[in-house]
Amino acid sequence: MGSSRSRMDDIPHAQQLIHETDFSAAHLLRLHQRFKLLDKYQTGELRPRDFGAIPALALNPIGDRIIGAFFSPGQETLDFPSFVRILAHFRPTDPNRSRDGTQQELANSRTRKLKFAFQLYDQDGDGKISRAELLQVLRAMLETQVVEEQLQSIAERAIQEADLDKDDAISFDEFRRSLEKVNIDHKMSIRFLK
Amino acid sequence: MDLSISSRRGLLFIMSTLLCLMCGSRGEIPAKPSGSVTILPPVKPDVDPQAYPDTEKSNLPVFTMDYPRIQIPFEITLWVLLASFAKIGFHVYHKITVWVPESCLLVSIGLIVGAIMHSVKEEPPAVLSSNVFFLYMLPPIVLDSGYFMPTRPFFENVGTVLWFAVVGTLWNSIGIGMSLFAICQIEAFGLQDINLQENLLFATIISAVDPVAVLSVFEDVSVNEQLYIVVFGECLFNDAVTVVLYNMFSFVANMPEVAPVDVFLGVGRFFVVGLGGLGFGVLFGFVAAFTTRFTSRVREIEPLFIFMYSYLAYLVAELFAISSIMAIITCALTMKYYVEENVSQRSCTTIRHVVKMLGSISETLIFFFLGVVTITTDHEWNVAYILFTLLFAFIWRGLGVLVLTQIINPFRTIPFNMKDQFGLAYGGLRGAISFALAFTLPDSISRKPLFVTATIVIILFTVFIQGISIRPLIEFINVRRTNRNLDTINVEVHCRLMEHTMAGIEDLCGQWSHFYWKDKFMKFNTRILRRILIRDSRSESSIVALYKKLELQSAMEILDTVSGDISAAPSIVSLYEEKKSAAKPKKKFMAGDLRNMHDILSKNMYRIRQRTVAFTGKHSLPSDGHAREILIRRHASIRRSLRPGSFQTTGGSKSQKYFSLPAGKSLDSNFFPPKRLSSSDDHETMSEVAYAPRRSRFSSSSSSRAMMPMRRLDTLKEAPSVDALNESHDESSSAPRGVSRTNSSYSDSHVSAPRRHLSPSADRDNDRNVRQEAAAGEEEEQPQQQQQQPLHPRPAWAAEPRDNPTRNPLLRRPQWNPKK
Repeated sequence: MGSSRSRMDDIPHAQQLIHETDFSAAHLLRLHQRFKLLDKYQTGELRPRDFGAIPALALNPIGDRIIGAFFSPGQETLDFPSFVRILAHFRPTDPNRSRDGTQQELANSRTRKLKFAFQLYDQDGDGKISRAELLQVLRAMLETQVVEEQLQSIAERAIQEADLDKDDAISFDEFRRSLEKVNIDHKMSIRFLK
Repeated sequence: MDLSISSRRGLLFIMSTLLCLMCGSRGEIPAKPSGSVTILPPVKPDVDPQAYPDTEKSNLPVFTMDYPRIQIPFEITLWVLLASFAKIGFHVYHKITVWVPESCLLVSIGLIVGAIMHSVKEEPPAVLSSNVFFLYMLPPIVLDSGYFMPTRPFFENVGTVLWFAVVGTLWNSIGIGMSLFAICQIEAFGLQDINLQENLLFATIISAVDPVAVLSVFEDVSVNEQLYIVVFGECLFNDAVTVVLYNMFSFVANMPEVAPVDVFLGVGRFFVVGLGGLGFGVLFGFVAAFTTRFTSRVREIEPLFIFMYSYLAYLVAELFAISSIMAIITCALTMKYYVEENVSQRSCTTIRHVVKMLGSISETLIFFFLGVVTITTDHEWNVAYILFTLLFAFIWRGLGVLVLTQIINPFRTIPFNMKDQFGLAYGGLRGAISFALAFTLPDSISRKPLFVTATIVIILFTVFIQGISIRPLIEFINVRRTNRNLDTINVEVHCRLMEHTMAGIEDLCGQWSHFYWKDKFMKFNTRILRRILIRDSRSESSIVALYKKLELQSAMEILDTVSGDISAAPSIVSLYEEKKSAAKPKKKFMAGDLRNMHDILSKNMYRIRQRTVAFTGKHSLPSDGHAREILIRRHASIRRSLRPGSFQTTGGSKSQKYFSLPAGKSLDSNFFPPKRLSSSDDHETMSEVAYAPRRSRFSSSSSSRAMMPMRRLDTLKEAPSVDALNESHDESSSAPRGVSRTNSSYSDSHVSAPRRHLSPSADRDNDRNVRQEAAAGEEEEQPQQQQQQPLHPRPAWAAEPRDNPTRNPLLRRPQWNPKK
C-alpha cells in the first residue's frame, strides 16, 4: 500500500530501541514499515482507531482489549518506540541470553508476558481481576448460547481455584501461580519476521 | 404431529416419483425399441395409429402424450428430486444425521431403489459412464470443496496436506497393489490372470479417500483445526492425485510390458499434470477476477462468471489431459479472494449458495446411484480377493498414516499426536471418486466385474461401518483425554485468552504467523495484484466490508429493536449483583460440574481467527455466526458503555475505556468524560435519556447505523478543536463521495461530545467509530456501497442544528429528534 521503504535513519532512536528490546535492525525496519502502514495520515503516531482498520483484529473477541493494552491509561497516541517496546514483550525468550544485573528486566521475560495478559483482564488497573472483569472476558470469549449461570459458575470456579488469599479476586501473583505449569514462552511468543 | 405428517408426505413423494420413474424408464433406453408409446412424427397431428387403425381421416387429437421428447430432462429431474427428497427425509428426524452420516443414508435409499428397479427388471440410467461423471457430476463437487476451503489454515498447512495427499496416495496405491499382486500369485484363489499393472490400477482406485462423513464428525467433536484442514485438504488433492495415477496406470495397463523409461516418463508426466493443472487454474482464476472488475453494471450475471470460468478451467484441463481437479480447485481458490471483493453482496451470496447447492446435489446423486447400481450390476464374487482388499486397505492406510506422520511431525509446529493419527487413519472412507473410477475402467481388463464388485464392497464397508462408528470412537478417545485433563478452568480460560492475544498481535503486525513466503506473497498481492484485479483496491478489506459481508446490517436492526442487547442485559444485571451482593457463600463444585465446565469451555470458546467464513462440514454453508456474534456484541457493548452514569462508579470512565470498544472510542472517553455531565444545556440527564429515547428511536430507525458511516467516510485528521456542530455536519454532508480530508470533518466526532445525547450520540459515536475504522481508505468503496446498500438513515443523534436539506439526498429520512 504505497509503503515506502523505511530506512534506519527514519526511525527515531533506532539504536537505543535495538539495545532495549533486542530486536534486530531488520525486525525494526519491518515494524517501522508496518507502523507507517497503519498510520494512514502519517502523523507519526498511532491512535486506537488506526488499529481498528485491521479487520482481523475486529473479529478477535478480545481485539479491543488488545488494542487498549497498547495505550497506557490516559494516553491516546502511540509513537513508534512505545509500539516497539510493547511488541517486544512477544519475542520468544532467548534461553541463552544472560543479562548482567537485573536493573532492566527483559521485555520478553515470562513475568512481563504474564503481566500483559493480566492487563487484558484487569481493565480498571487495580491490580486484581475481579469477578466482574473475569465475567466480561468470559462472555467475550464464549458463544452467546452459553447461559448466564454457566458463565457465573465458570467464573466462580476460576476464582476459587486461583484465589489464595480469599479476597474474591485474582491478583497478579495468584494469576502467575495458577499458570506456573503452562509454557508461557511458547504460548505468548511470535516469531517476528524481517 | 408435524414431523410425522411431513415424513409421511415425504414418503408419498418418494413413492410417487418412484412410480414415475418406473413408468418412465420403460420407454427409456434408446437401444431398446419403445414399447407402449409410439413416437409421433413431428408433423402429423395424428395420434397413435394403433388406436385408430381403420380411419383414414385423422381427427384433431384432443390429448396427446409425447414422452420421448422430454424423456431425458424429465428423468434427470426426477432422479434429482428423488435424491433431494431423500435428503429432506433424513433431516426430518435430526438425530439420525448425528449418528449416521448422510452418505450412509443416501446409499441405503439408493439400495432400496435399486432393489425395486431390479425387481422390475429395469436398468438404471447410465450416470456412471465416464463422460457423464467426469464432465458433469464431478466438477460441482470439486468446485464446492475448493471454493469453501478455508484458505489461511490451508496455506499454513499446505506442506502437510500435499505430503499426505500425494505421498500418502502413492504409498497406498503401491502398497495395496503389491500386496494384492502377491495374493494373486497364490493359486488357490484363481486370480492368476490379474497382472501387476491391473492390480496397481485397482489399488489406485481404492486408495482415493473421501472423508466427507468424517469431516462432520470432526467438526462436532471439535477436533483440532489442524487435523481438520489436513483431512479436508487431503481429500481434495487426493482426488487429483488419484485421477492422475489412474490415467497413468490405465495407460500402462494396456501396454504389454513396462520399461524403466516408462516409469521415469510416468513421474515426469505426474509433475506436468499436477503443475499444469495448477497453472491453468491460477490463470483462469486471475482472468475471472479481472473480469469481475468490470461487472459493476451487470450485477445480475455476476455469479455466472464464476461458474463459467471454473468450468472452463476444468474443461480446458481435460482437453490437455492434465489434472482438471487441480485446475478447478486452484481456480476457485484464486478467484474467491478477489471476486468476493469485486462483486456485490448479493452476488456473493448467490455464488455461495449455488456452489453449495450444485456440489451437494452432485454428491447426493452419486451416493444415491452407488446404492442403485450396487444391486443392478452383475457382480463377480471372489471372496478372497475382496477380503484381502479390505484388509490391505486398512493396513496400508494405517501404516501410511503412521509412517508419514513420523516423517512430517518434526516439520510441523503442532505435531500430530496419536489421537490425530487415529482420526486420520480411521477417517479414510472411500467414496464417490473410487466408485466412478471403477466404472470407467476400460473394458479391456478382463476382470473388470471383479474390480467393480470389490470397489463397491470397500466403499460400502467404509461408508457404513467406519462412517457410523467413527463418531463414538472419537468421542470415546476424546472423553478419555478430558478425564485425564489436569488443566484447571483457570488455565483453560487463560490459555485461550493468550491464544487470542497472540493471534491479535500477529494480525496487528500484519504477519501470517511465521511463514516467510506467505508474507512475501501478501506484499506482492497488495502491491500489484490487488491493483489490477480489484476494482477499488486501495485498501485491505476493512471492517466496513466485514460488516457488509456479515450482513450485520440486518443484525443490528434486530439488535436495536429488541429490548435489550444480546449480551447487554445479563451483564448489566450481573454487574449490579456483583456490587450489591455481599460475599456469596462459596459453591462447592463437584467433579461432574467441572467436567461440564470444561465441556462448555471447549465447545463454546471461540476458535482463534474465526474469520468471516468459518469452515464447517461439507454439507452446509459456512456460517458467519461467530464473527457476527463478536461484532454484534461489540456494537452492543459500545452502546452500553456509552451510557454513562447508570452503571458506572466514579472511576468508571477509565474502566469504560477499553470496554469492548472498537478503536477510537477510548480516545473519546478520554476527552469526554469530564464534559459529559456538564454538557447539560437543555438536555435531559443522561440516564433518563438512556432508555426512553433509545427505544423509540430505535424502533424508528430502519437499518443499521453501523452501516451508516460508510458513506460518510471522511477524514480522520485529528482536530482537537471542538467546533460547532454545523461545521462538522456540513462538512460531512458535503463529502459523501468525496475524499475530502479536512480537519473539521473530524471534529464532528469531538463536537458531539459537549452536546451529547446519550443514546443517539451513542450511535453517533458508534458510527463514528465504525466509520473511523472503516475510513482506512474506504472512500472508494462508497460508490460501490451506494449501489449496493439500501438507503441508510442517518443516525438521529440530536444534533440540533442539523439541516436536513444539505444532507446527501440518498440518506434523507425522517429524523427523530428528541430535542424537537
